[in-house]
Amino acid sequence: MVAPINLQLEFGGGAELLFDGVKKHHVTLPSQSDPWDIKHLLVWIKDNLLKERSELFIQGDTVRPGILVLVNDADWELMGELDYKLQDQDNIVFISTLHGG
Amino acid sequence: MKCKEASAVLIIRVGDAFCRSCFKEYFVHKFRAMLGKNRVVFPGEKVLLAYSGGPSSNAMVQQVQEGLSRDAPKKLRFIPGILFIDEGAVCNQSWEDRERTMSEIENILKATSFPFHILSLEQLFTLPQTMLQMNLAEIPKRDGSYKQAVGSFLGQQKAQAEDGVSDAADRLTQIHIADNSSVECSQSAAFSRPAAEHTAALRDMFNSAKTLTAKQELLHLLRNHLILHVARTHGYSKVMSGESCTRLAVRLLSNISLGRGAFLPLDTGFSDNRYGDVVIVRPMRDYSLKEISFYNRLFNVPSVFIPALDTKASGNSSIQHLSESFITKLQADFPSTVSTVYRTSEKLHVSRTDTTQPKNQQDKCLLCMCTLDTHTGPASAFFATQKSQQLSEKKSLKNVPSAKDSEKQCCNGGQCCKESASCTNSVTGTQDIVHLLCYSCRVTIKDLNSMDKLPSYILKEAEHRTRRMEMRKEIEEFLLDDHSEDI
Ligand SMILES: [Zn+2]
Ligand SMILES: [Zn+2]
Repeated sequence: MVAPINLQLEFGGGAELLFDGVKKHHVTLPSQSDPWDIKHLLVWIKDNLLKERSELFIQGDTVRPGILVLVNDADWELMGELDYKLQDQDNIVFISTLHGG
Repeated sequence: MKCKEASAVLIIRVGDAFCRSCFKEYFVHKFRAMLGKNRVVFPGEKVLLAYSGGPSSNAMVQQVQEGLSRDAPKKLRFIPGILFIDEGAVCNQSWEDRERTMSEIENILKATSFPFHILSLEQLFTLPQTMLQMNLAEIPKRDGSYKQAVGSFLGQQKAQAEDGVSDAADRLTQIHIADNSSVECSQSAAFSRPAAEHTAALRDMFNSAKTLTAKQELLHLLRNHLILHVARTHGYSKVMSGESCTRLAVRLLSNISLGRGAFLPLDTGFSDNRYGDVVIVRPMRDYSLKEISFYNRLFNVPSVFIPALDTKASGNSSIQHLSESFITKLQADFPSTVSTVYRTSEKLHVSRTDTTQPKNQQDKCLLCMCTLDTHTGPASAFFATQKSQQLSEKKSLKNVPSAKDSEKQCCNGGQCCKESASCTNSVTGTQDIVHLLCYSCRVTIKDLNSMDKLPSYILKEAEHRTRRMEMRKEIEEFLLDDHSEDI
C-alpha cells in the first residue's frame, strides 16, 4: 500500500470549462496498492473531477490530442508521460491548445 | 539538449530538448529572425497588433514589447498599437460576461503601455460602404530597399542626436503615444456597450447561417473587415496577426476543404497583401502552440480564455473543427505532422492571381477581398458545379425565378420588379451578391437563410458593384459594335 498523496492540478486554455470553470484544484489521491501514475490520475479525474463531456478531456486512456501536460512545469514527454509516478505535492498542469478550448 | 548545464523542461522536436533559459533565447530569437528574414515591417511604420486574448497573440505582444525595449542594433523600430475585437454576441454571451472579459483584456493591454483599441463586432453595422473598396491611392510609396529605409531611419536618428533633439523627439513620441491612448480610452472604460439593435442584428445574422462551418467562416471574414477598417482609419499600414504554425496547418487543410485552395498563399503565408494599402503579416507562424503555451507558462505571459463558436463542439460539427481534430490527432501519433503541413504552405506562391497589381474593384471578392477565382473556362470544375447547381435549382423551384437575369424573369417575365418593391428578388437578393464572390465565399453565403441580415456596408457595396457591372456591360457592347464597324 502507498500512502495518500496531495497534488495541485491546474487546467488552462479552456480545459477549465469542463471543471466548472475552476482552474486550480487541490486534491488528495487515496491510498492504494500500486503507486499512482498519470494514467491512474486521469481515471481518477474522470471519476471525481470532470463535470461533463469526458471525451473532450480524455480519449482512450490518455488526454485528448491537443492538450499539453506539464509535470512541475516540465514537459511530461520528458517524464515518461502516462507512466510518470506521482509524488506528494506534485503540480500537474493541463493546457488545451485547441481552438475552442 | 543545447547546453549541458541545466535540466530540460521541454521537447520541441524528437531529440530536441531545451532547458528554461535556452528555450527563452530560442523563442526570442525566432521572432526577430522571422521579421528580419522577411523585411516587410519598416522602421517608424505604424503596426496594428490584432489581439484575440489567446496564447499566441499574447506571446506576440510580449515579443513586440521585448523587441522594442532592446538596445540597438537588435531593437525593433516600428510603432505598435493593439486591437481587440469582442465577439461575445456571436457566441451568445451575456453583456456581463463580455464586460468581464473586456476589463480583463483592458488590464493586460494597459500594462503594455501601447495605445490600444477595444471594439465589439457590432461595430460592423456602423461601417461605411467605402470600407470594401480598394484604397489604391493610399498605398504608401516605399522608395528603394528595406536596407535603405533602415539606413535613412538611423541617419535621421543620428542627425537628431547630434542636434541634441533626439531626447526631445523621444519624449514627443512618448507623449504622442500617451495622448493616443488617452483619446482612444477617453471614456471611463476603453470599451462601450454596443447599441441593442446592433447586438440583435449581429445575432440574427449568425443565426441565419445554417451550419457552424458557415458561421465560423463568416465570423472570420467580418472580423477581418473590422481589423482592416481600424487599421485604415488610424493609419496603420501593417497588421500583425498571431497565428501559430499549428493554427495555420489547420487552416491550410480546412481552407482546401472550404474551396479556398487558390488563396492558400495569402490565407496562410507570412505576408498577405490582398488589401493593397494594409498588409497583414504573421510573425508567429514559426511557433507551434506547444512552444507558445510553454513560453507563456514558464515566463508568466497572461492570456484570457474566451469561449468561441466551436467551444465544446463535437468533433465533426464544422469543417474547421474537424480539420483541427484531424491535425491534432495525427500530430499526437506523428509529431512532424504540423511542421510538414506548415512547410508545404511555405512553398506555395500566388501565381496568376497576383494581388499586388491594381485591379478593378470587380475583380476582387466582395467578402474576402481576394482576386476572384471564378473566371474559369467552361471545362473547369467550378463551371460544372455551377451548371449542375443551376439545373437542380430550376428543377426544385419551378415557379420561382431562375438564377440568372432575375430582373427579366421574375414576376412572369415582366419589368414589374423595377417599379414594385414587393418583388422577392430585390437588388440585394442572393444572386446579385453571389456573382461578386469567390467560389468559397459563394458556398458560405449560400448557407445563409437570408442575405438581408448582412451589414449594410456589404449590401450597399454589392448594389454599387452590380450597377457598375451592368453599366460596364452596356458600354462594352457599344464599344464592341463600334470596333466591328471599324473593321
Ligand atoms: Zn540550456
Ligand atoms: Zn471570397
